Amino acid sequence: MIRNLSALVAGIVFGLGLVISQMVNPAKVIAFLDIAGNWDPSLAFVMGGAVIVTFIGYRLVWSMKKPLLGETFQLPQKREIDAKIAIGAVLFGMGWGLVGLCPGPAIAALTFGGGKAVGFIAAMAIGMLAFELGSKALSRNRG
Amino acid sequence: MENFTPVSATLGGMLIGLSAVLLMGLHGRIAGISGLFSGTVFAGTGDRLWRLFFVVGLVGAPLIYLIATNHMPAFDLQAGWPIVVAGGLLVGFGTRLGSGCTSGHGVCGLSRLSARSLVAVIIFMGAGMATVTAVRLLTGGTPS
Repeated sequence: MIRNLSALVAGIVFGLGLVISQMVNPAKVIAFLDIAGNWDPSLAFVMGGAVIVTFIGYRLVWSMKKPLLGETFQLPQKREIDAKIAIGAVLFGMGWGLVGLCPGPAIAALTFGGGKAVGFIAAMAIGMLAFELGSKALSRNRG
Repeated sequence: MENFTPVSATLGGMLIGLSAVLLMGLHGRIAGISGLFSGTVFAGTGDRLWRLFFVVGLVGAPLIYLIATNHMPAFDLQAGWPIVVAGGLLVGFGTRLGSGCTSGHGVCGLSRLSARSLVAVIIFMGAGMATVTAVRLLTGGTPS
């Protein structure tokens, strides 16, 4: 239970960060991406604050033998920069620019963003499902 | 730059970083929201419950903020329904194909000095900026 409760706390802290930085507001995100308009650099400061704390904090926790509630540190092993990551990032960037929402803020906005926040999450889940089904079909054909 | 909020942006960002450090120090996991959400909804393993609790915390945070400050967070979404749905599909498919989003590649990947994540961040920020600029040109250039 302590594993689940600590994950709940981490989710709350993440969500409060998104609310305080106003990243839950699509207009604020679009104002960062709108370099030809009335540019608002705030998102770069959100990234900067997050990366500084994470960069230092990761090195502190990695000095432990293992996580306090887990067995190992599970880090992504992939190194190659391939077409999948490039095309995926382009598609994600297009959707992000169209609406001003990425997954974290969209989920946090479920409670106060109204129908469009819910609709965005539903479409996002369908997009993820399409990827799952597509990769299963591909691996079946290859196998 | 009239809406520039560097102090609240940096403070909020530091909380996001703290959350990423908590998840690594306690669970040994990357705080990538697209992966956490996808794992909650689609993964068929017994490992999904802590992910669900993280997502519940994320959903509940604005309510805690509302109770603490008596202010509802601002939410200004100009896009119409067809764009919202298209954007959601692109974000969902794109984050899975590209193995991450702003949190996984942006916050956690850059902090791990991952070249793969740096490339992803540059590409999705560039694609986002190009998309907003294209929308601006197509809709007559009025600032949102």
